[in-house]
Amino acid sequence: MIISVASGKGGTGKTLVATSLALSLKEKYRVQLLDCDVEEPNDHVFLKPVSTYKETASVMIPEVDDNKCNYCGRCGEVCAYNAIAVVKQKVLIFPDLCHGCGACSYLCPEKAISERANGIGVIEKGYADSIDFVQGRLAIGKAMAPPIIRRVKELVDNDRVAIVDASPGTSCPVIEAVRESDFCLLVSEPTPFGLNDLMLAVEAIRKLNIKCGVVLNRVGVGDSKTEEYCRRENIPIMLTIPLDTEIAYLYSRGITLAEGMPQWKNKFLELFDKILELTGDGN
Amino acid sequence: MKELVILSGKGGTGKTSIVGSFAAIAQRKVLVDCDVDAADLNLLLNPTIQEENEFWSGQVAFIDRQKCTECGLCQELCRFNAITDFNVDPVACEGCSFCSHICPVEAITMQDCMAGQWFISSSKYGPLVHARLGIAQENSGKLVALVRKQSREIAVKEEFDYIISDGPPGIGCPVISALSGADMALLVTEPTLSGIHDFERVLSVCQHFDIPAMVCINKYDINEDNTRQIEEFCLNQGVQVAARIPFDNVVTEALVQGLPVVEYSKGEVSQQIESLWQKLSEKLGR
Ligand code: SF4
Ligand code: SF4
Ligand code: SF4
Ligand code: SF4
Repeated sequence: MIISVASGKGGTGKTLVATSLALSLKEKYRVQLLDCDVEEPNDHVFLKPVSTYKETASVMIPEVDDNKCNYCGRCGEVCAYNAIAVVKQKVLIFPDLCHGCGACSYLCPEKAISERANGIGVIEKGYADSIDFVQGRLAIGKAMAPPIIRRVKELVDNDRVAIVDASPGTSCPVIEAVRESDFCLLVSEPTPFGLNDLMLAVEAIRKLNIKCGVVLNRVGVGDSKTEEYCRRENIPIMLTIPLDTEIAYLYSRGITLAEGMPQWKNKFLELFDKILELTGDGN
Repeated sequence: MKELVILSGKGGTGKTSIVGSFAAIAQRKVLVDCDVDAADLNLLLNPTIQEENEFWSGQVAFIDRQKCTECGLCQELCRFNAITDFNVDPVACEGCSFCSHICPVEAITMQDCMAGQWFISSSKYGPLVHARLGIAQENSGKLVALVRKQSREIAVKEEFDYIISDGPPGIGCPVISALSGADMALLVTEPTLSGIHDFERVLSVCQHFDIPAMVCINKYDINEDNTRQIEEFCLNQGVQVAARIPFDNVVTEALVQGLPVVEYSKGEVSQQIESLWQKLSEKLGR
């Protein structure tokens, strides 16, 4: 079972929910936490996992053998991203633009193109207690997050409850992270920004045909419009977390709700039971 | 004319509320929302759309089942597992067009995507350029580049002094697109361990692209030990901490009223933001 945790808006407490859920479930279930917010991965700050394995995440980019190339220009024509161009007697390659689709090497009439791995980040594996942990991390100055997210998701362990922490927003990195999950928890807050971004996120999740529910964080100030929207759209509010200085202080020190205020464990267990009910996996 | 981009790495540090306040304080400027994925600045500025445009970018493969002989080559070669049972999943398709080149019977065509919309609006604070990326679309970097270009044109034509840009979260494609070639970045962070982690990464991106940065610590009083840690780190990096803004519910209250906080309250938060803009504009020059 894969549960993704997403939020249209950043900073609503997605990481807090993902890590607290993982820590609350670990006594009853085998749990895996995968941090797919590869631009700003934060789960490790809360989970403090022991690292056991590291690999480079890469895109396969072309490399041209000058002895075979006759500068016909075919590679430049077929590349949809202008990542390879033939200028006079030279083939130029722009690694940061290449999506690694493999078209140029396959279609080169002279078989002059081979591929090599171009590092864009790292994948790390580890554990915290019984929780299996995986995270991807985009390297500074690199643009392309989706290949790293795809690699992290290849490491989903189907024998565990896999919790996937997605990046904020609704564009390609989020979709890549949320795809193929059985349920998506959308973390939002009762403010106009929270509502606006939640509506965008719901639209995206519905497009993927994934069931979703909302966790409302920092309930207290703000307004009731986010709640009204959920009711109107028939989206269950699975959990509410109050605006609370103690929670904020614990969060600032990288301490989850499950650890800092153990009474929350039960609420997260109940949350999980609701997910089981909604996905029809409970029996 | 100078371009300031406001970034935070981590979302929810209060970046947009600060940009909204700059909109109310700064004179002779154009505003641009580069968070095309979840644009929120318009909720504070209450703009009227003057111009609405479609953003066409990228392509998606389409298989003509009448022509397809089900040879299976496309499915085998597509590196993004976007083709199953001779149908293309438009969400998974990266638009690389590889399949369209190799289909032996030319059954695959590439179709252009309407990947979003962009707008030029007017507000009581001046013009705003903003956009909305279509759900599940790629190419957010290109849309960011486009709204920046539009804002630059407006700034040149109107002889404005500033372009103030609300940047996207993260450090990837849209952030690089929003940052490259800007005159300065303001990094808004908060004294949480995750905020610090993300701040260090976004600062590295600024340094990587050689963009000078200034720092604002928002909600500094939720954890003053962490605030000191950020200040020390900035000192070592030679980056100026230009403001420390306390945590205050007025920020959310103002947001609920749809107002920039400096127009809603005259308290400490507003004073800090005003003095922050003072420092930024001095540093930026014209
Ligand atoms: S397609 Fe092959 S032969 Fe032609 S220019 Fe490119 S690398 Fe050279
Ligand atoms: S692998 Fe694809 S994206 Fe990369 S250069 Fe070749 S054709 Fe372009
Ligand atoms: S390559 Fe062309 S003919 Fe072969 S399965 Fe794909 S679409 Fe059909
Ligand atoms: S265009 Fe590229 S990604 Fe899309 S289906 Fe064809 S080969 Fe796959």
